[in-house]
Amino acid sequence: MSPNRDRPWLIRTYSGHSSARASNALYRSNLAKGQTGLSVAFDLPTQTGYDSDHPLARGEVGKVGVPISHIDDMECLFQEIPLDKMNTSMTINATAAWLLSLYIATAERQGSTSVALTGTTQNDIVKEYLSRGTFVFPPEASMRLTSEMVAYTVDHAPRWNPINICSYHLQEAGATPVQEIAYAMANAISVLDRVRENEEVDDETLSRIFGRISFFLNAGIRFVEEMCKCRAMTRLWAEIGRDRYGISDEKMLRLRYGVQVNSLGLTEAQPENNIVRIALEALGVTLSKRARTRSLQLPAWNEALGLPRPWDQQLSLRTQQILAYETDLLEYEDLFDGSHVVEKLTAELLSTAREELQTVLDMGGAVVAVENAYMKQRLVESHTKRLRAIESGELVVVGVNEYQETVESPLVEGGSESILKVDESAEREQIESLEAFRNRRNSDEASRALRLLEDTVKSGANIMPVSIEAAKAGVTTGEWSEVLRNIFGEYRAPTGVAAASASSGHEASAEVERVRARVDDVSSRLGRRLKILVGKPGLDGHSNGAEQIAVKARDVGMEVVYDGIRLTPQEIVQSARDEGVHIIGLSILSGSHCVLVVDVVEQLRRAGLGEIPVVVGGIIPGDDAEELKKAGVVRVYTPKDFDLTRIMSEIVDVVSELNAV
Amino acid sequence: MQSEPPNDPEHALAAAVTRGDLGSLSEALNQIDDDRPENREAALALLDAIEGHSRSPRIGVTGAPGAGKSTLLDALVAGLRERDRSIGILAVDPSSQRTGGALLGDRMRLSSSARDSGVFLRSLAARDQLGGLSEITGASLDLMQAAFDIVFVETVGVGQSEAGVIDIVDSLIFVAQPASGDLIQFMKAGILEWPDIFFVNKSDLGDAARRTSAELKAGLQLGGRRDPDYTPKVLCGSARDALGIDELLEAIDEHQQYLESSGQGDIRRTSGRAARVRNTLMTRFGRYGLERLTGPFEVETYVGEKSHSSVERLADELGLRIMKELGRDVA
Repeated sequence: MSPNRDRPWLIRTYSGHSSARASNALYRSNLAKGQTGLSVAFDLPTQTGYDSDHPLARGEVGKVGVPISHIDDMECLFQEIPLDKMNTSMTINATAAWLLSLYIATAERQGSTSVALTGTTQNDIVKEYLSRGTFVFPPEASMRLTSEMVAYTVDHAPRWNPINICSYHLQEAGATPVQEIAYAMANAISVLDRVRENEEVDDETLSRIFGRISFFLNAGIRFVEEMCKCRAMTRLWAEIGRDRYGISDEKMLRLRYGVQVNSLGLTEAQPENNIVRIALEALGVTLSKRARTRSLQLPAWNEALGLPRPWDQQLSLRTQQILAYETDLLEYEDLFDGSHVVEKLTAELLSTAREELQTVLDMGGAVVAVENAYMKQRLVESHTKRLRAIESGELVVVGVNEYQETVESPLVEGGSESILKVDESAEREQIESLEAFRNRRNSDEASRALRLLEDTVKSGANIMPVSIEAAKAGVTTGEWSEVLRNIFGEYRAPTGVAAASASSGHEASAEVERVRARVDDVSSRLGRRLKILVGKPGLDGHSNGAEQIAVKARDVGMEVVYDGIRLTPQEIVQSARDEGVHIIGLSILSGSHCVLVVDVVEQLRRAGLGEIPVVVGGIIPGDDAEELKKAGVVRVYTPKDFDLTRIMSEIVDVVSELNAV
Repeated sequence: MQSEPPNDPEHALAAAVTRGDLGSLSEALNQIDDDRPENREAALALLDAIEGHSRSPRIGVTGAPGAGKSTLLDALVAGLRERDRSIGILAVDPSSQRTGGALLGDRMRLSSSARDSGVFLRSLAARDQLGGLSEITGASLDLMQAAFDIVFVETVGVGQSEAGVIDIVDSLIFVAQPASGDLIQFMKAGILEWPDIFFVNKSDLGDAARRTSAELKAGLQLGGRRDPDYTPKVLCGSARDALGIDELLEAIDEHQQYLESSGQGDIRRTSGRAARVRNTLMTRFGRYGLERLTGPFEVETYVGEKSHSSVERLADELGLRIMKELGRDVA
């Protein structure tokens, strides 16, 4: 083995589920297997600032991550994991300031200080508006929170990355490589411009802050292009640092990024193929030494089927270890220096991305381009184009639209045994432990801390010190968020679907034309145009699927009421009643479908609207699909149903049959 | 002595609508939207039954795309709910000429806090006319007026629709976006003669908002107003931050009082009803057909005399008359 091997990237797995105790056990076992960093997945109530016993948290506690309601939860999560020696990435955004406060308070309980901490808070709100959907506050307030965390950590936690600008989720929402580069840069600029407004930030501090901005990229299956994307981004970032912010320190100008490879392209059909996809995608961000990732998370091969088991995550970990330790990848200088093919592709991406970045900057920057829905609209358009290409076969997805012939996979023979089932008692136990915590804390101290937090937010001072004090005083995630909600208000982001569809419906396939004719026919028999309600119950904000359904339904001639994300069952029922729809389409990816969808169906019945059929789409295991159908859901769609036109055709069938027309 | 209302399903449904039963309102809205000929009579009976029942204010909200109409409505809803008033909103979106499909996205801008039992929102696709209002918009608003303390209709201000919206509302609010250049276009198009209240949104833009407001006030001095006796209010505010909302609600009340005391309200409603009948007949029979109506059947005269019939009923009656006349022409 060469003595000059590079140090490998940080090897992580995005994980967390059920409870702090269960997640702690998982982390320790992952570290024992050779994982070198942690990546914490929080559950949706924690991400959106609700305690586990809030009505909106119902069905969501411990589902897509770990519930953290207070400092004892956080302490339990890192039991026997010394935080001053760990590098922890936290996927937390709207409530990032709070979770970092809990983390710092926990470190102090362990006898360490914030100065010793290394890791990252994702803290990128712009992409939440565009794709991930766990925003809480309006853009202005969110930018304030972000900039205050940046200003605080640069001195008090100098080895901490206070923000991780995510182009990852933009690709999941359909972004092309050019859009990924341009919008991530526009986003970073909006944060840095805001930070620079602060008078206390001098040139030297700005340079250090620039050096602490990190990125979180995606890597798709077109791994050559993806590698060039990383190279182009590296150059553009240094260019922005020099030209816009006057940074000269080469070390600070270096693009630092982590990666989670693509989940969008992972398939439900022939799921074992994903093992190969994931490995190839990992190559895209590790092959080129100049643009190599600092940390890597690989998804599990069976993500499109449900939650991965520990064994599935281990396979992803081993994939990284083989690449880092077994192959000769880390023994060489950059493999592509001097390659004119790579150079040309990189230069092309760079110049097109520069133009798109300029378009957004001319508009007034990333925040404006969120509020006027420009970026969202472009993403929805790209995603629509991609799905059309898969439908038409122009874009080959092995095992999905080509080479579908297969023998039965022994890996999924176990049915529901081949995915993780979250223990249904986790939610109840978490709520009980939260109640016990509220009873044992000093409630006077907690109230005092909340009043101080309120005063500080209103005064415009930095909220980090009081938030850390609040964490120590036993304030809960819901209480902290409630104070900010009352002052800042809550935000609903524009969807971009209306504008996107208007400009994308022009080339219709024969199949689309056929469904359109049927929609016309059924509509005239119904007496009015077929009307569908599309929405997402629960806290899951991944709206890409629902948006694509809405666009397609419109393209085949339906009237679509797109009700957006984060809806309670009651709100969905109210919309269905007000709007007089013929059918309801619900999308849900967080795994809480059984609780929430069944609730919608029952409430419809109670409101005398039981005749309105409900169809559901999402990551829904077979057993759950059966349960939903028993409860009255008429169709269940999963990621293997990639042909949206066919889904529309079935929706027309359902309405037609139920209305006997 | 008033006779008992007839005991048919349409009257029972109309009674439920006027009681404010939201499920019944939704059913009624579906029923009048039903274009199967065999169901037409039921729809007309329903609309006749609620005609003239309510005097709740009918407010139009218009402005260019992106001006912040939905956000403003959201803020108005919050303000009105604090005053304990029930609210109906009709949001009109354009639909595709080609496929008939439409994305009715406005609902998602109504915040969760606004979703209670005192708020009802129906989205409507403007089906036939590009950006304009279809017949069903006026009829839907008639039904909603019977159910709520105040009703709003929101339209995309692309020009043509303003002319239609003034026929169905008492007060029209124009939402202006500072520094967008829309204003010049609207002035050129003569749109400034219709609104009763101007709301310059996004006042956080500072100078640009003040400039827009000044330009508007100057533009209004030029005259050419629909109602020369009323000087429209020009307000500044921010729908997003709920600034200027109380002032806007006051301006709405004030305009309503003016309509009441000056008699303009009745004049508007009567002329609006006639204009709606005229538009419907124009769409169905064209100018040639309309010109067949003379004497007591002339639209304004006919509608003026039949204040207890719904617009749709009157349009159908006059439509029959036109067909008869056209038949005579042929003979």
